[in-house]
Amino acid sequence: MAESVFRRFSQQITLIGAVVLFVLPLLGIPPTTYLTLTLAGLAMGMLLFLVASGVSIIFGLMDVLNFAHGSLFAWGAYVGFTVFSLLMPWVEADSLALNLAVFLVAMVTAMITVALLGILLERVIVRRVYGNHLFQILITFGATIVLVELIRVFWGPNDEVMRVPLTFRGNWDILDVIVYRYRVICIIIGLLVYGGLLLILKKTKLGTIVRAGVEDRDMVQAMGHNIYLLFTGVFAVGAALAALGGLAMSLFSLQVYPDMGGTYLLFAFIVVIIGGLGSVTGSLVGALIVGLTYNYVAYLVPWAAAGVNILIMIIILLIRPTGLFPAGE
Amino acid sequence: MSEAILAVSGVHTFIGQHHILQGISFEARADAVTVLLGRNGAGKSTTLKTTIGLLPAARGKIVYRGKEIQDCKPYEIAREGIGFIPEHMGIFAGLTVEENMRVAMLSEDADTHRRLERTLDMFADLRKFWRAKAGILSGGQKQMLSIARAIVNKTSLLLIDEPSKGLAPIIVDVLIDAINQIKERSVVILVEQNFYMASSVGDYFFILDDGMVVHSGEMPALIQDEALQSRYLGISKIS
Ligand SMILES: Nc1ncnc2c1ncn2[C@@H]1O[C@H](COP(=O)(O)OP(=O)(O)OP(=O)(O)O)[C@@H](O)[C@H]1O
Ligand SMILES: [Mg+2]
Repeated sequence: MAESVFRRFSQQITLIGAVVLFVLPLLGIPPTTYLTLTLAGLAMGMLLFLVASGVSIIFGLMDVLNFAHGSLFAWGAYVGFTVFSLLMPWVEADSLALNLAVFLVAMVTAMITVALLGILLERVIVRRVYGNHLFQILITFGATIVLVELIRVFWGPNDEVMRVPLTFRGNWDILDVIVYRYRVICIIIGLLVYGGLLLILKKTKLGTIVRAGVEDRDMVQAMGHNIYLLFTGVFAVGAALAALGGLAMSLFSLQVYPDMGGTYLLFAFIVVIIGGLGSVTGSLVGALIVGLTYNYVAYLVPWAAAGVNILIMIIILLIRPTGLFPAGE
Repeated sequence: MSEAILAVSGVHTFIGQHHILQGISFEARADAVTVLLGRNGAGKSTTLKTTIGLLPAARGKIVYRGKEIQDCKPYEIAREGIGFIPEHMGIFAGLTVEENMRVAMLSEDADTHRRLERTLDMFADLRKFWRAKAGILSGGQKQMLSIARAIVNKTSLLLIDEPSKGLAPIIVDVLIDAINQIKERSVVILVEQNFYMASSVGDYFFILDDGMVVHSGEMPALIQDEALQSRYLGISKIS
């Protein structure tokens, strides 16, 4: 009974929920601070989106719970850190061109390295446990331990300071609203990735096959498509996005540390569950919800910031057990 | 007697711990429609899924046009020219009709596009809903889409699993028409519970029970044999 009421009014409830989430905080937060927090939330949401979209598509298409995704995220951050260290003069140069160049070099290097790592992971480990969630959790968890230990071996066990390229630092002050430059960059990156993914998924034949596979793997195989090649490709893309997320997050939090993947993986799973498994748009919306509420609540009730997203997740699961944007709808 | 395009011999299939197919054997002739019959749970769908490779054959041989395919992957088997129309149609509900067809088309060559046009002429509804999400189609339209996806490629064998399931009699007649057209170009193996449909299109039949073939022969003989029908198919004069 209660469930059917939820379902019938799920759109209205979602709308009311959105109003509560995004407008109500205005009662307790001064408008300019609210806008700053909103930007921070959007930036954090975009970074979570980069991690969550990979988790979501990999689960949607391959039915694989990849707990190693967090360590791929950390690897992306560390590879980026190495590139930054090697090209430190470009990082510290007061030149937008050089700053952008070092960021792009770090981004491409991190994404390619981690994509290769992802391919290795899929071929050697994940492929053996298709169809068995328990084994997937255990084995990808094992892979995480190995990957994190390798970080300690290669880069050492300590936190390292990540230096933001000079022209990305600081903020603009627009009508008393503090707008951090790097956060704007994060938002732009997130939007570009989202647009790119949508374009590939909706407009290319390969993307269409991936979406079909998210709905029905067996059918896609029986239609003559090599699903394993598709799995490897999607795993590589997911890994590359995790790497980008890791790099961008390390510049956001100004540090890298071996265990950094774990924290964000938890957020990513919450995002994916809120958004609906297998949906890129779901990941984006879920990530923005998580990013924004985290920032509002951290300002209003700091001790509740971590828990509130789990609460939202539970509420959304009650209203729509399949998440906000389930694949195939 | 003409060559068998598909010969299944002594095939065993397990689903988890369950021993479902227990040494099934049958042949499909290249110039005829073969119908697999049998009551619910007899193993008909499992037989088709094993043939296309979605379920592994634990033992036995499946020979398609002289080549053993029992150890091939589903996509390899499909690319050999076997089309599969599953029991639940396997429609991609979140994709448009057009996208469903695009996923199905293994090539973009002129032949494939010609087949696409011909298929859409056969199922005019698909053209009407071309840009609509396949999820909104009616049951009959979904079945048409499922068949259309399979015949848009150059196939020499089609495996069709209970196309009439849950459809109104008038739609069943449309499907019978369609299958009668399709069989001119491709061999058809049809799983059917609807005896009207089975007898309208079938030339040869195999009756399955508990994962084995228990009877086979020519369709006209089965149409005559009411005792056999009621024993294995649960068809009787009263119902
Ligand atoms: N995933 C599964 N796990 C366990 N048993 C299964 C599974 N799928 C099918 N079976 C069993 O295998 C047997 C054969 O199933 P199958 O679907 O091939 O029958 P069928 O002849 O197609 O029946 P129907 O006419 O109802 O479609 C049945 O007893 C069924 O319960
Ligand atoms: Mg069946």
